[in-house]
Amino acid sequence: MHKNWWKILASVLVLYSVIGGLLINVPALPILHESIRTVYFHVPMWIGMFIAYLVSVIYSIKYLKSNHPNHDLMAVEAVNTGLMFAAVGFASGMTWANFTWGDYWPNDPKLNSSAIATLLYLAYIVLRGSLEEEQKRARISSVYNIFAFPVMVVLIFILPRLTDSLHPGNGGNPAFGQYDLDSNMKLVLYPAMIGWGLMSAWIMTLRYRIRLIENKQNQINS
Amino acid sequence: MKKLISLLGIILMSLVTFAQEGQIEMADELRSSGKIYVVVAVLVMLFVAFIIYLFTIDKRVKKIENSK
Repeated sequence: MHKNWWKILASVLVLYSVIGGLLINVPALPILHESIRTVYFHVPMWIGMFIAYLVSVIYSIKYLKSNHPNHDLMAVEAVNTGLMFAAVGFASGMTWANFTWGDYWPNDPKLNSSAIATLLYLAYIVLRGSLEEEQKRARISSVYNIFAFPVMVVLIFILPRLTDSLHPGNGGNPAFGQYDLDSNMKLVLYPAMIGWGLMSAWIMTLRYRIRLIENKQNQINS
Repeated sequence: MKKLISLLGIILMSLVTFAQEGQIEMADELRSSGKIYVVVAVLVMLFVAFIIYLFTIDKRVKKIENSK
């Protein structure tokens, strides 16, 4: 029970973000109108993805240090969770983009680079699938993961900021602070980010625990 | 865990009654305006279901873990 406090916190924050996100006043901006509220749900998905990949790379490093197979299992389940968050992040972003930017996929640098980053992690899954031997698979995929993580950070969080992008905060567009995000919005967005980050952690630990049970069962059967 | 779920249930029930009171008071405005409270109610229900689902999965996994 006392170990579950963060799951309750995650639930409360997410529910708060739903209620607050729909009811608290937002700045009236042209083109965006009420759709600005999507930011409370779209951005936290990417935070969830980022947390998952971060945990994954930490456990890959841990695996290389310890050679404990469970660390590798945590890394792969974290990536699986991250891919799920990326998928909903794309879906929500594309829907939003269609109504504000006029196209599901306006060739925006942030969109393209996040697509490449997602392919990077899909390649991680493919790489794992192609290696039969367990220790080799764990070691090679851990090394791959350590390279993939900084590339993902550069692709999603750095490169789009250097060029012109439709996303706020990129290419000289104001993001947090000046016009786009007033203090009312921060009141919802930051709790939503924390809530979904914790949700991501919760889902990946669930997957990891199920994976451990499966693993144990496979060992008994074989 | 059971305590936790019942606690959560009570909190949610109080939330629901709270929401209903709001709806009764503001019913006229709800019909004339964009009916945003309906959306809030639907989404809250959806997310509560999602969260309860997560908790039940958590419980089942724990049960299997303990049985080994």
